[in-house]
Amino acid sequence: MKTVFDKPHALTDIPFHYCPGCTHGIVHRLVAEAIDDLGIEGNTVGIAPVGCAVFAYNYFACDVIEAAHGRAPAVATGVKRAHPDKFVFTYQGDGDLAAIGTAETVHSGARGENITIIFINNAIYGMTGGQMAPTTLIGQVTTTTPYGRDRNIQGNPIRISEMMATVEGVGFVQRVAVNNVKNVLEAKKAIKKAFEMQRDKRGLSLVEVISTCPTNWGLSPKDALKFVDEKMIPHYPLGVFKDVTKEETK
Amino acid sequence: MGQKVLMKGNEAIAEAAMRAGCKLFFGYPITPQTELSEYMAKNMPKRGGLSLQAESEVAAINMVYGASASGARVITSSSSPGISLKSEGVSYLVGADLPAVIVNVQRGGPGLGGIQAAQSDYYQATKALGHGDMHLIVLAPASVQEMASLTGEAFDLADIYRTPVMLLADGALGQMMEPIDLDERKAREIPEKTWACSGHDNKREHNIINSLYIVPEVLEKTILDRFERYRQIEETEVKYEEFMLDDADFVIVAYGITSRIAKTAVRAARQAGIKAGLLRPITLYPFPTKKLAQLADTAKRFLSVEMNMGQMVNDVKLAVDCKKPVTHFGHTGGVIPTPDEIVSEIKKLAGN
Amino acid sequence: MNKVSFKIDLCQGCGLCVDACPRKIVELDKSVLNAKGFHPAHVTDMSKCIACAMCATMCPHIVIKVEKDVG
Repeated sequence: MKTVFDKPHALTDIPFHYCPGCTHGIVHRLVAEAIDDLGIEGNTVGIAPVGCAVFAYNYFACDVIEAAHGRAPAVATGVKRAHPDKFVFTYQGDGDLAAIGTAETVHSGARGENITIIFINNAIYGMTGGQMAPTTLIGQVTTTTPYGRDRNIQGNPIRISEMMATVEGVGFVQRVAVNNVKNVLEAKKAIKKAFEMQRDKRGLSLVEVISTCPTNWGLSPKDALKFVDEKMIPHYPLGVFKDVTKEETK
Repeated sequence: MGQKVLMKGNEAIAEAAMRAGCKLFFGYPITPQTELSEYMAKNMPKRGGLSLQAESEVAAINMVYGASASGARVITSSSSPGISLKSEGVSYLVGADLPAVIVNVQRGGPGLGGIQAAQSDYYQATKALGHGDMHLIVLAPASVQEMASLTGEAFDLADIYRTPVMLLADGALGQMMEPIDLDERKAREIPEKTWACSGHDNKREHNIINSLYIVPEVLEKTILDRFERYRQIEETEVKYEEFMLDDADFVIVAYGITSRIAKTAVRAARQAGIKAGLLRPITLYPFPTKKLAQLADTAKRFLSVEMNMGQMVNDVKLAVDCKKPVTHFGHTGGVIPTPDEIVSEIKKLAGN
Repeated sequence: MNKVSFKIDLCQGCGLCVDACPRKIVELDKSVLNAKGFHPAHVTDMSKCIACAMCATMCPHIVIKVEKDVG
């Protein structure tokens, strides 16, 4: 018998605490698979966020540092500048990366830090019970937008991938989703590429993963995947927004 | 004794940090400490190090956190409003037991305040630099020499006790120039950083740097362990200077630039027949509580002189424990007291 | 015969594997309650399994291991 699928080495044996059907579990696995494929677990330092993934330091088998809310790219900068030969990645949610941490996100890109940012965009604040996120859609009901997000009151959702693609120093930006097998496999490719860009010192690599939050969306895991197709992807289109290696071969 | 070189206070800190083997500086411009980061920017690259201007003081302290977590010696500096921005980051450093050196070149506050020297961040530094049960070791230089020597000491203390250390200076010390000996101190022995997150190389279990402990009993235990280290620090690391204290009736307590003005006032008071003396705390945490308690038996009264509305005076009162009267004299907002003003205050109080 | 194993007590009964299987041989086992109180996923007819691992690809809880019969 040949094993064709098993838990990656870069994940510990500690069971995830995530909700049924929460796609954090899929993305953690894809990051770990990329680390395994590249054989870099011993040379990698992960930076955990504040959010549902705050316990990521229990799940990844590499060294992990817990960061303050939004500050992961700054923490990653500190690690990478102290150890330029190591792989450093952050794993952040939409509040962490696009609300409190927007400055750190943009400036780590502008500095061209050779780090990898995994951005989990599920358009809501999961850990604290379902409040509005910077990426919450217009009309979306959350506990702080109980009548649906109104652009006149709460402003507009932010498209991080498009924005970061304009920053010189950012080498690779791709938006992916994990709501079906095809998208999961594409996401895996993108995440692995992001680490390869870091290896090749091409600047900041960012993968935005459209994810689900069945619990706070008030949907079943299956319906949450549908919501990604029907509502999220039309607003946050999938694709590569920047790839400096492609630009050079033009 | 080595060769003396004329240096500005802010630059002395930077030079001493590099000589202590620190290769990383993260900062942000703010008056009156900007010369420190400019000196770093010019000299770090020459020493194989990095001086990076972050996008904010918040980002800078988090870069410090990351570099420290990965095992590196690292320093940041700012001034009062910028130090407020660092609060959360400092609390995280404490909660994760990470070494780092944080320099506050104080200016007038609150708010945007002023740009001249003040000591109004004493409470912030010693009581509330971040949320939670915590202390920082706080060192108060009073000369450009000490700006250098205490920087080296700060790195050693930080690594030995796994704690952030603050160098509490002020705008006057930052700007003044004095001849100093940069090789004056001997470095202490530092334990190996086996806890650092710099890649496990498949040779050990993964390290985690974290301050989140969701089970209350576990969190309490980590804090009790940390406070045991604070107890050791309080027992062994108190530092102060005594000036004419042997027979002093009237004890002035002052640190930093104010202590130099107070020394002049002590000499003038002695000329006027008052047996004055000065206790100059060099460590503000750990505070020289035992020494003050001893002095409370022999002295008649205490005067805390500080450039604020009266902050250290309360720690003096606690140490003296109501045995003798303790009062405060000072100016704030960037105003520096003169020796004459202090002498008048001494005479006024001694007359009672 | 190919083999799909499930770490039963990690399963949260989310059903993503059920929908992902192209052979429609993965179901939640209503006759079993795991330690978390969920009906864990299982394969109803292992002989039909093609070891495509789509179930494992969609599983968010690292429940599934897939082995291919190369004999």
